[in-house]
Amino acid sequence: MNETVNLKTLIASDKPLTLAILAMGGQGGGVLADWIVALAEEQGWMAQSTSVPGVAQRTGATIYYIEMLPARDGVSPIFSLMPTPGDVDVVLAAELMEAGRSVLRGLVTPDKTVLIASTHRSFAVGEKEKPGDGIGDPTVVVGATDFAAKRTIAFDMDTLALKNGSVISASMFGALAAADVLPFSKDAFEATIRGGGKGIEASLKAFNAAFDRARARPRDEISASPPKRFDAMPETAGHPELDRLVHRLRAEFPEVALPLLFAGVKKLADFQDPAYAGEYLDRVGQLHALDRANGGEEKDYAFTVQSAKYVAVAMAYDDVIRVADLKTRGSRFDRVRKEVGVKQDQILYMTEYMHPRMEEVCGALPKGLGLWVEKRPKLFSWLDRRINKGRRVQTGTLFWFLTLYTLAALRRIRRGTLRHLRETEHLEAWLNAATPLLSRNYDLAVEVINNRRLVKGYSDTHARGLSKFDRVMSALMTLSDREDGAIWMKRLRQAALLDENGIALDGALKTVATL
Amino acid sequence: MAERSFAREVEDLKLREGEIFRGEGILAITKALLQSGVSYVGGYQGSPISHLMDVLADAKDVMEDLGVHFETSASEAAAAAMLSASVMYPVRGAVTWKSTAGTNVASDALSNLSSGGVNGGALIILGEDFGEGSSIMQERSHAFAMKSQMWLLDPRPNLPSIVQAVEDGFQLSEASNTPVMLEVRIRACHVHGQFVAKDNKRPTYTLKQALENPVRDVNRIVLPPANFIHEKDKLERRWPAAVNFIKEKKLNEFFGPEEGEIGIIMLGGMYNGVMRALQQLGLADVYGNSSIPLYVMNVAYPMIDEEVVDFCVGKKAVIMVEEGAPEYIEQTMHTLLRRRDIQTKLHGKDILPLGGEYTAPVMMKGLKTFIEMYDRILLGNQPPVPDPTPILNDPKVKALAEVVPARPAGFCTGCPERPIFAAMKLVEKELGEHHVSADIGCHLFSILPPFNIGGTTMGYGLGPASASAFNVEADKRSIAVMGDGGFWHNGLATSVGNAVFNKQDGVILVVDNYYSAATGGQDILSSRAINPNRKTNNSIVNAVKGIGATWVRQIDRTYDVAKMRDTLKEALTTKEKGPKIIVASSECMLNKQRRVKPQFAKAVKDGKRMVKERFGVDEDVCTGDHACIRLSGCPSLSVKHTDDPLKDDPVAAIDNSCVGCGNCGEVSEAAVLCPSFYRADVIHNPTGWDRFVSHMRNKVIGWLQARRAAGRIVFAD
Repeated sequence: MNETVNLKTLIASDKPLTLAILAMGGQGGGVLADWIVALAEEQGWMAQSTSVPGVAQRTGATIYYIEMLPARDGVSPIFSLMPTPGDVDVVLAAELMEAGRSVLRGLVTPDKTVLIASTHRSFAVGEKEKPGDGIGDPTVVVGATDFAAKRTIAFDMDTLALKNGSVISASMFGALAAADVLPFSKDAFEATIRGGGKGIEASLKAFNAAFDRARARPRDEISASPPKRFDAMPETAGHPELDRLVHRLRAEFPEVALPLLFAGVKKLADFQDPAYAGEYLDRVGQLHALDRANGGEEKDYAFTVQSAKYVAVAMAYDDVIRVADLKTRGSRFDRVRKEVGVKQDQILYMTEYMHPRMEEVCGALPKGLGLWVEKRPKLFSWLDRRINKGRRVQTGTLFWFLTLYTLAALRRIRRGTLRHLRETEHLEAWLNAATPLLSRNYDLAVEVINNRRLVKGYSDTHARGLSKFDRVMSALMTLSDREDGAIWMKRLRQAALLDENGIALDGALKTVATL
Repeated sequence: MAERSFAREVEDLKLREGEIFRGEGILAITKALLQSGVSYVGGYQGSPISHLMDVLADAKDVMEDLGVHFETSASEAAAAAMLSASVMYPVRGAVTWKSTAGTNVASDALSNLSSGGVNGGALIILGEDFGEGSSIMQERSHAFAMKSQMWLLDPRPNLPSIVQAVEDGFQLSEASNTPVMLEVRIRACHVHGQFVAKDNKRPTYTLKQALENPVRDVNRIVLPPANFIHEKDKLERRWPAAVNFIKEKKLNEFFGPEEGEIGIIMLGGMYNGVMRALQQLGLADVYGNSSIPLYVMNVAYPMIDEEVVDFCVGKKAVIMVEEGAPEYIEQTMHTLLRRRDIQTKLHGKDILPLGGEYTAPVMMKGLKTFIEMYDRILLGNQPPVPDPTPILNDPKVKALAEVVPARPAGFCTGCPERPIFAAMKLVEKELGEHHVSADIGCHLFSILPPFNIGGTTMGYGLGPASASAFNVEADKRSIAVMGDGGFWHNGLATSVGNAVFNKQDGVILVVDNYYSAATGGQDILSSRAINPNRKTNNSIVNAVKGIGATWVRQIDRTYDVAKMRDTLKEALTTKEKGPKIIVASSECMLNKQRRVKPQFAKAVKDGKRMVKERFGVDEDVCTGDHACIRLSGCPSLSVKHTDDPLKDDPVAAIDNSCVGCGNCGEVSEAAVLCPSFYRADVIHNPTGWDRFVSHMRNKVIGWLQARRAAGRIVFAD
């Protein structure tokens, strides 16, 4: 027993410095870990790194873990092969949600952990695949990391690295150097990069940019969702018809609805013509009158505001003409050139992937003719067999450009097409469902307007959107006299946006049926 | 050719006596094999031992210099059978695979090998795929050691110990005429550390000598009556010989004080975790000094009874730390202590968890409980233990669980398997859901979002075989998916042969991506590359036709979603009986990019006309439904918030990592999604004609565009 007690006094109190790197496949987490180990070894430390790549090397998240201690003669340290929650000195997260994950795993604690995180987002498939907005709220992550970390360095290290022609591992290494958590000089960090072999200059550039950035401004502000662009209304728009629209906006509508109304007017003038934008103002004007008559002022004209948005969306439906118009614009050609990064001496061609069906063709016909064809299923399917197939449309060649250009010119007769008739009918049915509610259940009326969000997409997707819209609206009878009707309607809509087939919506509808 | 080149690591294999090797655990093992005078090495790739195979494949020169034969085995069974060379001849051989998956496949050969015994050292390196990051069933390789009475080493997870275990393993094998397994867990395979190298050794007795001087001995063959002699030999001679060797060579280690009230017994692989736990409890330091006696079993099997007894006697209690279920060693110890009537209490999985990875917190908790029970005073002055629970219980952190998304593994950017499953989803929409038997390989990612296809997976190359019960009259057929890796590993005979012979009326989809892609892109029989060391370019279609399949379709560009869909539909609806085999071929994009990118860059640099393709999304046309993502899941196809105040939902966006495979365009075309996708072809080094045509086109198009823009009455942007 005495021996045990004596031995206890021999126990050294050295503790290894511990670092965890959370990265996704392809982010160079392994390179970063190798650099840190090489740096430590070069500075006379003993270092160990481990990782668990496995299938995570594809798109999953991997943790690299490093321990290090100054070398001592005659002894070699025993390093752990995995991090102990609550006992990590530095966490490097190569993406914002991975920073969140490191906190969830208990790796970040206020007594010791310096968190170095890149704030850019790489969305997980679960976030991307939702029919609505499935993107996780970044402010929750920031709240948690601020609370859990002793100190945080967080900015977009990915963009910074790209700007400097390198990859995120280099900029994270720079942020680590700037954090002053490893007792090694900046020169030693740079020497490690130089010893690495590939892409040294670019790596050093990104390293230094991140080092300076982390010293000067270690934190980025992060907001929940990026701001929407609301343009200021011009005093004069350079054309009498447009000026008339602006004048109407100022004269006829409350201040609170103007930003969305102007966005709507802009969109519809672009979609069709200024007269069409005028029709839009007529419609919203009528809705606003009803709003006012039903005490809308108390509600900040929520009905008018939401109508301003969704009536514009409904009127700017996506038809063949619209698509052909957008695809052939000069501004679009320029944008693609920029996005793809075409250099002066290079030539760009675009190929559009289109799949027209007889439905779309019928929609673009004058309504009488379109209806006539629709009523003849044999003819319809005969034509469909000729039309319904995938087409690769090379917009940069004359034949295809002229085809689309001509299609876009159908804009002149758009008001007479079958599609326009259908869209107008749907629009009116929808508004007619909403307006009577204003006097009985104002909030529910607003939610009915908001339901237009469900209608989107083309062909099957569009049909699915419409069906979801119809299913959500089917609860209107049940909800119209309930005080919490608006809340339920909102829940139904949110459920409808959760999955493709509306499974969540079915569940929600069943709940509503039991009310 | 593997995903990664190991040209630099190959240099480490040449290190001489006294030089310091710095690198990954699995590479240290490779070096240790060469230092041990190994004659031949084989194996089947798979995490976590793929790098061992890859580095050897890249180390042809080093191997030739040493006269070492290296083979990429067709399967783990082939690798295990290869060890047969050491049965009669004094040659050292080593094979490697992922365990327990690979050990299952190999166990027929292993049983025969260990029954007859070996003359030369036979070492099996098991990459133990257990715990976090594992992709297979959670089982213990220990069971194989017990049932076949092969020895199992489980060294402490540091490079010098692992390297030593390789050398000890060969000697133990030779001393006891028994094959030896060496178990290395995932983290130890990937651990970066250092050890002092020795010179590589040429084998003293070569395979050539063996081949030219054949020896046979029917007593070494598993046939009666020899098999009964083997059993006796194993128990009465080989086992004691092994025990003696292990004791004499001190393969197991003792640390800490000689005396103590309590003691900890652990497998070597658990040592670093136990030490960290003890350090946190204030009972050990980072240099290995411990206040508690420790017995480290670097040999997991056989157990050395005398060592265990010596350790236990005089102690109130000991605890056995072994990971995974069941607790084979603890059970054996109970038997031992009971037989010898030793009253020391033995704990293990009554305190530690039955299953799961033994992380430092898990061990700290267990050891603390154990010490509190028997020697509480030891914990007197313990420092505060790391504990994140107050942080984890805070509402701010709890809220994270709702926001931080899971990151399931998925297909890579541009993966040619993605369009296959997109096509399957389209067929499902028409014909309803089907029973889908999956296999092992990249294509198994189809069971995860966004595809959610695939019902079972029974083993490598067993996908179609696992659908064989469904060979009954029904309105739907089963679909079985198998990769080219699985096909050559086992699938040709076990799945396709079985289906042909039994007239299995289902669909068999062979996903051919030219490599054993999931394990790192190694070449296999049907690889299209020209590999100077192997015979590649052997057709899967010919193979299945050769064993009697008649309905066979080859699709040579999986990205053709419409064709893929129509072929699948035909297979599901044709009147023809028997297996309907579709071979869907396109090169693994990860490997293709590695191959093509430098070629492309060079051609551009040389001034050749080259066309680079990538995809894009017209933001204005996209309505944010994300149907394209649900049919694709490509990492480069993402979403972004738009600043358009009239749009609620994020729109699709394609980032710079796009490789222009065309899947998103093909899918949106085949599924009639939306016209937002475009392909941008950028002509590098255009010819004079290119420039002329483009100039003329731009002139006309530009004029038309300007004309229309001028006529438009819109607000300035």
